[in-house]
Amino acid sequence: QVSILSAMELIWNLCEILFVEAAAAGPLLLRLLDWVRLHVCDVDNMVREVLSSENPSKHKLFWNVASIVDVFVLQGRMDEARHLLSKEASANPTSVNMYKILDDLMKKMPVPSLGNTQTLTEMELKWQHWHEECQRYLQDGTFACNSHMESICKILLGDEDAILEKKELMTTWYHFLVTRLLYSHPTVKPMELRMDLFLGGESSPEPLDTILMAAFEFEMHQVIKECSIALSNWWFVAHLTDLLDHCKLLQSHNLYFGSNMREFLLLEYASGLFSHHSLWQLGVDYFDHCPEYGRVYLELHIERIPLNTEQKALKVLRICEQRQMHEQVRSICKIMAMKALRNNRLGSALSWSIRAKDAAFATLISDRFLKDYCERGCFSDLDLIDNLGPSMLLSDRLTFLGKYREFHRLYGEKRFSEAGKLLLMLMTAHIAPCSFWMTLLTDALPLLEQKEVIFSAEQTYELMRCLEDLTAGKSDKQKFQDDDVETMKVEMLRLALARNLARVIVKEGTLEGS
Amino acid sequence: QDNRISIWSVGDLGNVGLSGEYQGEPQLLCDIGHNGDVMDMQFLDQERIVVASSTGTVTVFRHHQNNQTLSANQRWEKAHYHVDQDTSCGGAACTGVICNNPEIVTVGEDGRINLFRADQKDAVRTIDNADSSTLHAVTFLRTTEILTVNSIGQLKIWDLRQQRNEPSQILSLTGDRVPLHCVDRHPNQQHIVATGGQDGMLSIWDIRQGTMPVSLLNAHEAEMWEVHFHPSNPDHLFTCSEDGSLWHWDTSTDISEKPSFLHQGGRSTTYSSHNTINQSVVSAWLSNDPTKDRMEITNLIPNQTLSVNSLDILGPCLVYGTDAEAIYVNRQLFA
Repeated sequence: QVSILSAMELIWNLCEILFVEAAAAGPLLLRLLDWVRLHVCDVDNMVREVLSSENPSKHKLFWNVASIVDVFVLQGRMDEARHLLSKEASANPTSVNMYKILDDLMKKMPVPSLGNTQTLTEMELKWQHWHEECQRYLQDGTFACNSHMESICKILLGDEDAILEKKELMTTWYHFLVTRLLYSHPTVKPMELRMDLFLGGESSPEPLDTILMAAFEFEMHQVIKECSIALSNWWFVAHLTDLLDHCKLLQSHNLYFGSNMREFLLLEYASGLFSHHSLWQLGVDYFDHCPEYGRVYLELHIERIPLNTEQKALKVLRICEQRQMHEQVRSICKIMAMKALRNNRLGSALSWSIRAKDAAFATLISDRFLKDYCERGCFSDLDLIDNLGPSMLLSDRLTFLGKYREFHRLYGEKRFSEAGKLLLMLMTAHIAPCSFWMTLLTDALPLLEQKEVIFSAEQTYELMRCLEDLTAGKSDKQKFQDDDVETMKVEMLRLALARNLARVIVKEGTLEGS
Repeated sequence: QDNRISIWSVGDLGNVGLSGEYQGEPQLLCDIGHNGDVMDMQFLDQERIVVASSTGTVTVFRHHQNNQTLSANQRWEKAHYHVDQDTSCGGAACTGVICNNPEIVTVGEDGRINLFRADQKDAVRTIDNADSSTLHAVTFLRTTEILTVNSIGQLKIWDLRQQRNEPSQILSLTGDRVPLHCVDRHPNQQHIVATGGQDGMLSIWDIRQGTMPVSLLNAHEAEMWEVHFHPSNPDHLFTCSEDGSLWHWDTSTDISEKPSFLHQGGRSTTYSSHNTINQSVVSAWLSNDPTKDRMEITNLIPNQTLSVNSLDILGPCLVYGTDAEAIYVNRQLFA
């Protein structure tokens, strides 16, 4: 895992240097040197270990001081190289002169400057002079006695063989590339970068190598393609492409899918996030930033998040509502309401229907309540029905349920005339479903049989009309199938209504008379 | 999923930086795996923690201070469940837990209330179908009375001494039955209760009077997940929400002071010393006119992103956790 991360960092930094920053000749080399120092050679730990030991020049490790000096030189870290070299020189007093010359050369080496204090041509000129000076010293045999110093001088001259000799210290071909450029062509322009392998031809390039090669050749699409192949998830390549796109470096061809490269990769990455139990929330933001297909993808994905708790469902719903995804809100609420219904949590089911303003489902729930009432003769979950409040108006059936319960309450409180009025209103205003009328009329029976007259003449006529509507509606065949209970009920009702009518006419007639 | 219960140490007050925030990193002392999402948790006593799970299980963990480990002390599986296992769609989450040593009360999505006693294997009492909707939170009103809130906007008071499975009182919101998600009782005045709703509204109730809230304060833009009175400075109230903000409600400002208004970001609450005018303290939350010059409201999160799911306060410390997988600790709340 760690090496993948460092490989990613390596690629990312190189892309930053070459593409985003688009370093020009001069600073380019400095950036590449930084890149090499940071990522390629982990020499600092080694250095610390060697220097902290008592006798640096006689260290038993493979990495003796000489090697470290070489590494510093290969990485262009002149000051540190000179510092170590001075230690080595003090151990060998005979080579003091040689050391002084070498030290001087190393000190004078021209490097491209970051601020524009010198032009490229100036720099090249200086460098040329310095290069010739080194050449002279080498040819004069100044360093002939000390092979180490001689090899350093050769490196300074950019001698490929000398550099290649230190293959193990550089470990990678891109280190070699940068070192060689440092000492042969420090004012290299971006377009002149060319990769050279020193793999020795035995092994085929690793995926990392192909990616870096593509980067050096400024083939952005190739880099993206190779990264996609090499890495197991879309995280790296999606963000890299996004960065390049924001720098306006990617030409946008319209892809057949996913609109353009950047969007395609972001969509792929975000889709991957949605399969994670908690990272899906981040996926939402990614989809938000995909202008063409983001919303569609989000709509499809958000409905499929597993909702194992209500709290999670609420979070998902909030995301949908913020983006006006009404279809998804309805669908998710319906799922939650169905689950609640199956678990017999009628209150929860109702609360989900209210959230989605789903009248159809509210009707379903009310029917369920009414069915329970018919079967058991009493209401379940009174706490819910008694306290419906304004949500009662969500669906007609729900309103009926609320009002019907109110009727029962009034009856229980012995407020008979109000109860009667309500009952009648439920039928005449067609709030009650036709299937329930029989039950309502049956409920009216005890009111009709009361000692006191509850229903006025008007109301009694209305009740009769309702009864007739009900029975007339049935076909002959149905009447034949009606069992005795039904027919008896109807007869009883007719009788009760007639009796009530008689009483009320008398009562009303009497009042008017006096 | 790998969910864990963890105990962290936030160190001493030594390293306090310029802005008053703690400079060091919290240290993980110990942790233990947990099955299901942690929906709620509370300390039962110095060593034991009760945790409510989305699987419907309630677990008591013990924190061994000497060797810094956590172990599961007791577990009530299926404390919350849906009745018909064949048709039920998964377990029922336990949504809230409240402790009053040794009693533990839990509520869940199954509308059930459980009363447990630590160290007793079976539930002391269970009220099945206490509610036809989901119970979101529970708190103690008195030692023998609890208060629950549900998803049809009702507060129900239950008297545990009575054997009947009916609430002794039902209070509900006016208007739309917006689900209530959290509840907390005033530490000193037991008749004052605060609730938070799905629409982010903060409601203050007086249990003694009527069945409707005393005041409704438009607060957050999304679900309010938790509301807490400060346990020792109850003039201060804290709420956190799905919209990513955490608000500090402060009614302790002196009436004679210049009216102060809403601040955006930063912790600029000036804490005036707890004044001795008891009347104003008593009525601060219940005043029918919580105008701006008596209450100061501050958003404690400067750059909010994802939901703040939970918070807790003790003394000068505020802790809160977000969906961005971060926990924040503020040790200088009233500085």
